[in-house]
Amino acid sequence: MKKNFQHYIDLIIVLTQKELKVKYKSSFFGYLWSIAHPLAFAFVFLVAFKVVMRIEVEDYALFLIAGLFPWQWFSNSVNASPLVFLGNASIIKKINFPRNLMPFTQVFQDMIHFILAIPVIVLFLLIYHKSPSLSWLYGIPLLLIIHFLMTYGISLIVSSINLFFRDLERLTTIFTTLLFYFTPVIYPEKMIPEKYKILINLNPLSSLMISWRNLFLIGTLDSTHIAICFGYALSAFIVGYLIYKKLSWRFAEVL
Amino acid sequence: MREPVIVFEKVSKSYHLYHSLTGGYKNFIFHFPKWIKSLKNSKFEALLDISFEIYKGETFGIIGRNGAGKSTTLGLIAEVIKPTGGKVIVKGRISPLLELSAGFHPELTGRENIVLNGVLMGLSRVEVSLKMNEIIEFSELHNFIDQPIRVYSSGMLARLGFSVVAHFDPEILLIDEVLAVGDVAFQKKCLDKMLQFKKNGVTMVFVSHSMMEVETICDRVAWIDNHTIKDLGKTQDVISNFLKSSC
Repeated sequence: MKKNFQHYIDLIIVLTQKELKVKYKSSFFGYLWSIAHPLAFAFVFLVAFKVVMRIEVEDYALFLIAGLFPWQWFSNSVNASPLVFLGNASIIKKINFPRNLMPFTQVFQDMIHFILAIPVIVLFLLIYHKSPSLSWLYGIPLLLIIHFLMTYGISLIVSSINLFFRDLERLTTIFTTLLFYFTPVIYPEKMIPEKYKILINLNPLSSLMISWRNLFLIGTLDSTHIAICFGYALSAFIVGYLIYKKLSWRFAEVL
Repeated sequence: MREPVIVFEKVSKSYHLYHSLTGGYKNFIFHFPKWIKSLKNSKFEALLDISFEIYKGETFGIIGRNGAGKSTTLGLIAEVIKPTGGKVIVKGRISPLLELSAGFHPELTGRENIVLNGVLMGLSRVEVSLKMNEIIEFSELHNFIDQPIRVYSSGMLARLGFSVVAHFDPEILLIDEVLAVGDVAFQKKCLDKMLQFKKNGVTMVFVSHSMMEVETICDRVAWIDNHTIKDLGKTQDVISNFLKSSC
């Protein structure tokens, strides 16, 4: 049992190294790209909503950055998930090992990128004369776990089903884009009209994204939000794992 | 000595054919009854009711024409696919060497691929790094080992693949048609290594179209034809039957 666990760790390390190496092999700026992308988006939204449409949110640039980095982790992982098994077809057809480690490492390496981007958020906090708070010490690990569970669950669902229904790949991109605008990332939840407010909790990402932003900007965690997003994350993980279990024995056949 | 490590009990394997599903929605709308029908019937029987046993320390050859079901058999032993009927029992750690360059990532260097492969096969990272020099030595790829393997030739890939598998103390070694692309010197080196494995009691399953290689190393041979075992027994007998029917 202990050896087994140790081997899981080794597999995760090696597969993550592989993903990172493959990702940055032929690019000079490497990790900087994972920061450049959300920053560019933040700039676009700043121009569109603050400069042109005059949205009334205090420190809107900071507000955007605190939401876009966690969002980027989610959307990168989910958008990559249709290809997780397809891209590793040669390994899956050859060796019998726990295949769920492939989406796991995909989500894991996006998490590493997100963690590495937290100093950028701190930098922007300082620019706006704010500072990180002590609650980050337990808040960040807690939200990391919930976020990971949610993203991993959805990745398992998408990556497994996509092998049997390849159209899902296109649907996923549309789905994450829609979800982005339905989630309070670029606008605060209090701006949502009263009659639609009840809908916000139907979106599994809302309370998670609100929690991240509140933690980064004001250092607070709301227990209702945490409970809701943890519930969603756990269900996503359970459903994902069940689907994966049901389908995984046929992976090598359909690849 | 006669302890079976691989047992096939009345194993059948059929694949669904997915052309009907991937035919797109036009196919789906305009040929709906046919589509449903084809969904039910489009099965391909790769193996039908196969039973055999491979014993510990034995070198077992599988021969047959293209598409006869040889690779499906290896896939079943490697446990990457499951049988539709019957039972496959495998005791021991499997080192699969199916398909050329399978399991390698083209962007990673030879060295990185060795680590990736070793850990996927069930070794720890420490064990792999201890064997690293030996593997590189055997593959004779010193000048290329830190290059991404997309620049390798197919012969070089075969060298890397065999060297990796051969150095991880295999208990059961599966070899599918990979040696054919190596040069003569390396093929000989591989055969020598396999003979050495044989001496050390490693069980090997060997799929090949080269009757000479099969004859050199195999104790017993199964001839798979038309999705069933047509002949199974001593190497010489099966090969001569096989050659008679092919010519």
